[in-house]
Amino acid sequence: MGAKNNPQKCLYCGGCVGVCPVSAIKLDETRIAIDNAKCIDCSACILICPVGANELVKGLKE
Amino acid sequence: MTPEHFDVIVIGLGPAGLVACRTLAEKKISVLGLDRKQEIGPPKRCAEGLGLAWFKRAKLKISPEWCVHKIYGATLFSPSGSSVTLKSKKLQGYILERKILEKHLAMDAVKKGAKIIAKSDVIEARREPGRVFLRVNNGGEEKQYSCGMVIACDGIDSLIARQLGLNTTNKLVDVDSGCQYEMTGISGYDPAVLNIYFGTDVAPRGYAWIFPKRKDTANVGIGIGGMQKETAKYYLDKFIASRQGLAKGSVIEANAGIIPVGGFLENMAKDSLLVAGDAAHHVDPVHGGGIGIAMEAGILAANVAAEAVHKKDFSEKFLSRYNKLWYETRGNELKKKLRVRHLLEQLSNDDFNYLADSLTIEEVMKIASADLDKPTKLIILGKKLVKRPGLAKIMLKYLN
Ligand SMILES: Cc1cc2nc3c(=O)[nH]c(=O)nc-3n(C[C@H](O)[C@H](O)[C@H](O)COP(=O)(O)OP(=O)(O)OC[C@H]3O[C@@H](n4cnc5c(N)ncnc54)[C@H](O)[C@@H]3O)c2cc1C
Ligand code: SF4
Ligand code: SF4
Repeated sequence: MGAKNNPQKCLYCGGCVGVCPVSAIKLDETRIAIDNAKCIDCSACILICPVGANELVKGLKE
Repeated sequence: MTPEHFDVIVIGLGPAGLVACRTLAEKKISVLGLDRKQEIGPPKRCAEGLGLAWFKRAKLKISPEWCVHKIYGATLFSPSGSSVTLKSKKLQGYILERKILEKHLAMDAVKKGAKIIAKSDVIEARREPGRVFLRVNNGGEEKQYSCGMVIACDGIDSLIARQLGLNTTNKLVDVDSGCQYEMTGISGYDPAVLNIYFGTDVAPRGYAWIFPKRKDTANVGIGIGGMQKETAKYYLDKFIASRQGLAKGSVIEANAGIIPVGGFLENMAKDSLLVAGDAAHHVDPVHGGGIGIAMEAGILAANVAAEAVHKKDFSEKFLSRYNKLWYETRGNELKKKLRVRHLLEQLSNDDFNYLADSLTIEEVMKIASADLDKPTKLIILGKKLVKRPGLAKIMLKYLN
């Protein structure tokens, strides 16, 4: 799997960065960058996002 | 190239970081403030409400430039729609124009001797013998700085404090997820007070708010517990659609953010590092307000950092006095408030309606105050809880 951000929905609030247990997400001012090599598919960034901008997607780690 | 050196570098220039820069500059400490945003201030992740008492505590002028609307209290709406309005000197405050306030704070800090650079993303912080070394992305160009110590005011997404060994990560159960529109052309709310709406349908484990900025303009938002089925945006859109006065209005700004309401970090100091503001989870656990508390923590951290510079001692042992100061100034009070939060989380819609219908305003004020002890509060509630053993049990457990 792996986590994916939809930049059209995202309001770059940094919330998902604040809950990711493995620091796989970074906010680059107005863009979310997810390091899927680190991601452990825990869904925290999906459950917390105020606007539903993140999702788990198959095959992002290959 | 030797990196430019400062006594203290403040990372993140929200309310906590800006006030920390100002305080250090006032003490003639060489200080650099860095923020990744292209502009100090926007976008806000905030409803901009600030109680009167915080202005004095944070040495902040009440100026019409950033205090755009006076507030005299709050009206709380229960799920059934009944309401209580609380007005008192203690509940007065202002709705801010945060972007203007933060620009002003930045200019003030610089006037006093601080240096501030926007569009400066700190990408790496590491300890080296006798200093902390920082790599910064300044508009696409790499810059390097060094300092005696860092104050991390890097907000909810605090990665720099984590790099320096303090785990600032939030647990899902300990955060609220917030969504807000600044709306104009709206009506149907009392512009003299904060309008607050409870109910598990409106905002599960949280509340919806209308914080007025004018008669026809307000921050309309919602905060919900961190593990709900639907998003905060879903509940906000539903809340707005269900109210004619809001549904006819226009959205002039969309904001989101998460709020660390589950209690602050036990330890906020490491070698060459202090953490303040949202990064240290410094918010009021009952209502989620964090501007004032962040500024207060920023001042405390700056005071300790200034002492550390004078003593040339940046060890965790020395810097730990910040923890003690924090507990004495605000921490102990917030610990108590965390219990009130736990109480509120236990209440069902029915409990809420029952309390709202059976208590007078004076009784609500007394129960909410920190000045009365538990037995006195239980006497006030006494008769009303006889018919509600479930509610009585919750009150007994969590009231302080
Ligand atoms: C929806 C919502 C409504 C709210 N309403 C209220 C309210 O009405 N009243 C109230 O008192 N509080 C409110 N709060 C809480 C309040 O907004 C925060 O507690 C407050 O902003 C915290 O201030 P801070 O200085 O700690 O962090 P922030 O204001 O978040 O500032 C952190 C800064 O650090 C910068 N940064 C982060 N990492 C780096 C890096 N690596 N390099 C450079 N810069 C970096 C960021 O760009 C940011 O500018 C609300 C919060 C939300 C989400
Ligand atoms: S929590 Fe959602 S809106 Fe906020 S930065 Fe992450 S993806 Fe974007
Ligand atoms: S799914 Fe979990 S580990 Fe992966 S990016 Fe999201 S929060 Fe981080």
